[in-house]
Amino acid sequence: MKQINKLLEHFGSAVILCLRSFAYLPSLPLQWRRLIEQCYLIGYTTFPIVAILSFFIGSVLALQAGYSLAPVAAQDFIGSLVGLSLARELAPVMTAILVAGRVGSAIAAELATMKVYQEVDALVTMNIPPERILVMPRLVAILIMMPVLTVVANLIGWIGGAIVAQNVDFIQLDTRIYFQGIQNFVKFRDILDGLIKAEIFGFVTILVACNVGLRTTGGPREIGGSVTRAVVISLILILVLDYFVTSALMNI
Amino acid sequence: MPPETKEPKRTSIGLKIENFTKSYDSVEVLRNVSLDVQPGEIFVIMGPSGSGKSVLLKHVAGLEIPTNGRIMIDGKDIAHPKTRSQLHMALVFQAGALFNSMSVFDNLALFPREHRLYDKKVLNEKVMTALQTLSLEDAAGKFPSQLSGGMRKRVAIARALVMEPEWILYDEPTSELDPTMGATITEIIADLREEFGVTSLVVSHDRDLALTIADRVAILMHGDLLELDTPENIKKSENPKVKDFLNPVIDIKNPRFKRKD
Repeated sequence: MKQINKLLEHFGSAVILCLRSFAYLPSLPLQWRRLIEQCYLIGYTTFPIVAILSFFIGSVLALQAGYSLAPVAAQDFIGSLVGLSLARELAPVMTAILVAGRVGSAIAAELATMKVYQEVDALVTMNIPPERILVMPRLVAILIMMPVLTVVANLIGWIGGAIVAQNVDFIQLDTRIYFQGIQNFVKFRDILDGLIKAEIFGFVTILVACNVGLRTTGGPREIGGSVTRAVVISLILILVLDYFVTSALMNI
Repeated sequence: MPPETKEPKRTSIGLKIENFTKSYDSVEVLRNVSLDVQPGEIFVIMGPSGSGKSVLLKHVAGLEIPTNGRIMIDGKDIAHPKTRSQLHMALVFQAGALFNSMSVFDNLALFPREHRLYDKKVLNEKVMTALQTLSLEDAAGKFPSQLSGGMRKRVAIARALVMEPEWILYDEPTSELDPTMGATITEIIADLREEFGVTSLVVSHDRDLALTIADRVAILMHGDLLELDTPENIKKSENPKVKDFLNPVIDIKNPRFKRKD
């Protein structure tokens, strides 16, 4: 019962934080430096790992697909398989997981530190709502950067798949045929669905990180606990939401 | 009351705390505390650690909501967001609560920047004036991690000063400081009242600070208000708890711990 109460408390506070933060949306033009800084931090810290991981995920997808399809001479479908898997599922989920681990943890740590060392209280006493300068720019920044990172993940993953499909002995699929497969089977709607999922996952991840960080109480020891909590909650939510969002998008 | 004018300018609003009670998980940390702070006054709340002084200050600063009772300023409930937004009140935190990711200059400039009070030139002047008032002009480009404890406290006071407050709340302003720096901070609090007419509500267990600069002193102990009077009368208090607190006896002839052979 206590756990359920706690869960509902977290959920309620996250919703309130979200509403309060977006109430300060009109102040965004005055905070453009902060927004650019957050976009840069999200992009700069996540881009290299997104690039490396998506390359290898595309590669291994092509390898596994080749392993199954080559014996029946159906390599031509590798491009469509890799393209669709990445666009609809792997790119948004993987990007969100990386954002949770890299950016969400950093935000939770920063805000928890500010809370523990009373910097957040100092803002409140200055009549500067923490939601306005600490949360809202981050939420907007993730909405801007998630599609960019997801498109990058798609492109690099597809390239990784193409390199493997062409160079592995038992596959040897021409790059032109590989990309033809992507072109034929991956529709704009597939990419759009992936981007919608990425937006939702990224937004939830940053909201959870901000909420957990700002709810930190106690001493410095709690900062580590908040970081772990933020990442774990985000990962669970990404995977749970993945099913429901995918299901909802299929019905639209 | 801009810092550079040096014109004494008293605040016109008083603070009234009525039947204030605070509980955390059914544990009462403050019970039925009632007191008032007059405009322009230096009011010191004293008491041993855990007596609830900082809790009371947090409520005056609007960081927490009372369990019972009210805190009124100029006849309006301080918990009301509209009252708070109109209030020129600054809090100097015990550990400074400086923004560690910002330079000292940016720490001071945050409030006027966020509230779009001045253009860049005037803002620079205001910040530098506040730093000069606290003899911190050389620290403008430094980060809080590069400052000593005393400097951090002074930066926190300078940051409060830039807000041009009518009220400054101080949470243990002399704690963790050597006696010389403690005396400097005590003088600064008195000077700010004289120079700018700032009303000061100080929470401290520093006997010297309280009895030197306070107009009135309240003694809190275990959540109860024991005494409220001028420093002279507090010194003469017949309340044994107050006497013990103000004049602790150090008995080294009867050690508490004895080695067992």
